[in-house]
Amino acid sequence: MAVRQALRRAGGRLLATQGAMAPAALGVAGRGLSTSAEPITLEIPVPFKGHNVEPPSRTVETSAQELTEFFRTMFVMRRMEIAADSLYKSKFIRGFCHLYDGQEAVCVGMEAALNDKDCIITAYRDHCTHLGRGGTVLEVFAELMGRKDGCSLGKGGSMHMYNKKGGFYGGNGIVGAQTPLGAGLAFAQKYLKVEGVTLAMYGDGAANQGQLFEAMNISALWDLPVLYVCENNHYGMGTAEWRSAKSPEYYKRGDYVPGLKVDGMDCLAVKQAVKFAKEYALKNGPMVLEMDTYRYHGHSMSDPGSTYRTRDEISGVRQERDPIERIRKLLLSHEIATVAELKQIEKDAKKEVEDALSKAKESPSPDSEELFSNIYRKSYGAKSYGADRKEVVVTLP
Amino acid sequence: MLGALSRNRPLLALLRGGNGGDKAASAALWAASKRFMSSDNTITVREALNSAIDEEMSADNKVFVMGEEVGEYQGAYKVTKGLLQKFGPDRVLDTPITEAGFTGLGVGAAMYGLKPIVEFMTFNFAMQAIDHLINSAAKTNYMSGGTINVPIVFRGPNGAAAGVAAQHSQCFAAWYGQVPGLKVLVPYDAEDARGLMKAAIRDPDPVVFLENELLYGESFPVSQEVLDPSFTLPIGKAKIMREGDDLTIVTFSKMVGYALKAADELAKEGISVEVVNLRSIRPLDRETINASVRKTSRLLTLEEGWPQHGVGAEICASVVEESFYYLDAPVERICGADVPMPYAANLERLAVPQVRLGSVGLYGSRVKKRCADACM
Repeated sequence: MAVRQALRRAGGRLLATQGAMAPAALGVAGRGLSTSAEPITLEIPVPFKGHNVEPPSRTVETSAQELTEFFRTMFVMRRMEIAADSLYKSKFIRGFCHLYDGQEAVCVGMEAALNDKDCIITAYRDHCTHLGRGGTVLEVFAELMGRKDGCSLGKGGSMHMYNKKGGFYGGNGIVGAQTPLGAGLAFAQKYLKVEGVTLAMYGDGAANQGQLFEAMNISALWDLPVLYVCENNHYGMGTAEWRSAKSPEYYKRGDYVPGLKVDGMDCLAVKQAVKFAKEYALKNGPMVLEMDTYRYHGHSMSDPGSTYRTRDEISGVRQERDPIERIRKLLLSHEIATVAELKQIEKDAKKEVEDALSKAKESPSPDSEELFSNIYRKSYGAKSYGADRKEVVVTLP
Repeated sequence: MLGALSRNRPLLALLRGGNGGDKAASAALWAASKRFMSSDNTITVREALNSAIDEEMSADNKVFVMGEEVGEYQGAYKVTKGLLQKFGPDRVLDTPITEAGFTGLGVGAAMYGLKPIVEFMTFNFAMQAIDHLINSAAKTNYMSGGTINVPIVFRGPNGAAAGVAAQHSQCFAAWYGQVPGLKVLVPYDAEDARGLMKAAIRDPDPVVFLENELLYGESFPVSQEVLDPSFTLPIGKAKIMREGDDLTIVTFSKMVGYALKAADELAKEGISVEVVNLRSIRPLDRETINASVRKTSRLLTLEEGWPQHGVGAEICASVVEESFYYLDAPVERICGADVPMPYAANLERLAVPQVRLGSVGLYGSRVKKRCADACM
């Protein structure tokens, strides 16, 4: 809740922010941290590339408040993913864990251009996307550890986080399946005359899936307000894009669906692109947005991430293109914040994550009865069986 | 032997050569009750489905229909005839031939809160979209901790038609019936079709609605109650189509008609067969099945699909688990032959159960002879 509301408010509609952002507390003697909503105009360094569409302007309007919120939010996300890494290594998290660190600018930049009428659906690398849609760090950690206070009551796990009220439809484990689902969400928005778009997110690995093209065909035919957002981190698990795609220019793959290639490590570029694409989609139908991004971790926690790419490449991206560092430089160069103030924000963010972590660790496992709950919304008194059919027979709630 | 039979008085009387007087009386009563039905209305299964969908679309704006040829073509089997004209192209959508894509779209729309009816031209083609039925639809309410339900109906013809060969003849009842999170309905007559379709559309969970192409054109008498727009049938409840004392046949869909014909024939020989029309594969009405078997002491399951791991296997397991000591004979199954569906008419006849009214053949399954065997 805090993250998404704060980002929208940073767009200039309201001044008050939630969370660890009280300016007075952060002020260094002489000048407080600027949380002004005064517009600042910036040029996006990496140009957009358009396919069958004229790209938007590289001039983007932001504010001190928005940039500060970008920084804080991405930092919380970064800390959360790093904490998840430790949790997994200490065996608090089991099964799959796909970490998003490096890609934060995509979901944070998107949220700055969206509102609560819009929907997002993504694949399994969803912890930060869930946060951006209004989830809390506590419910992410609790879900990862399979506890009661998880956003899916501990029954989904890393890949199955949802927030229907916040317009977040998962969290999907089957590569590519989320793209026609996203077209369906957009169909429903259009059917019910909701002035919103759906962002159906997928990776470079999923970009070759047949059902994506089926979804694109139908959404172009029916003018559905859907944006197909390809988070191109250049590796589908261990397979580099040039080894899996004849054409890795994913923004062009929609053919008759126009596309835009975007620097996915730049929050402002992402925000600009999504703002532009949303306006387009509400009038004309689908567009593809290829976000050029990068993940620091391997595909999942069982992948070191260095057998198919060099450590130099990873550290090179971290040095040159890290999304948090980019915003830090902007905040410092525009004198929105001092080094000390940024350190304070980092400190508060770390504390927020640590507090959520300890609270999540205290959350209990779900009760045994939860094995049989939520199979159906309406069970009609049907029975279900446990592994020992004679011992465990349950009338479904 | 007498001890074992003592529970089954009518059969005992039969074996002693007693009169079938009791049986004749009850048969006459049953026939009479049919004549006293409140209306002479007969409708086809197709009309039943069409009217059910029509009424539910009128009642709830969120219900819409999509599939191949459902609109301008009036439906590949004319089940959606007239709906496009009545409700317009925003609510009756012709899709391209892209099952994975349009099924996913339907599931996504249902997640948002609409109520799609997705037609598969046959369920054979649904295999292209089966990931969406199982992983996107069936499991989502559970994985989301109950926050996102999927109120969708997947419908279309299932099982063998006539002469359409191997890729177009598979019965999917067992596959979908295995999945927790799905409801699987199998109507037989017009009353089933209307009541179950309306219940399915109103249901908040994903429903797989398995119709039968050869039943679409069959007419059945229905009461005024069935024709009322508020008529629904409960999901998960089987129907006793015909009461009997000697043998329980549990079956669904087209085979219900076969079982009833066989029961008529067997009645002439003094064998009284109870026919249970499942109506619902999941939830399975184990109570009705077991209560019937406890009465008759003999079970025969009848289905058109493949035998291994089929619907009959689950029914047999359920009866053996819950009513073992009531059985007078081993449970029996009659199923489709364990082969891909052949094209040649004679081979096709051997591949599915038949009601053989005349002489006894060598191959395949003959309900009548198997019933007679089971009653010995």
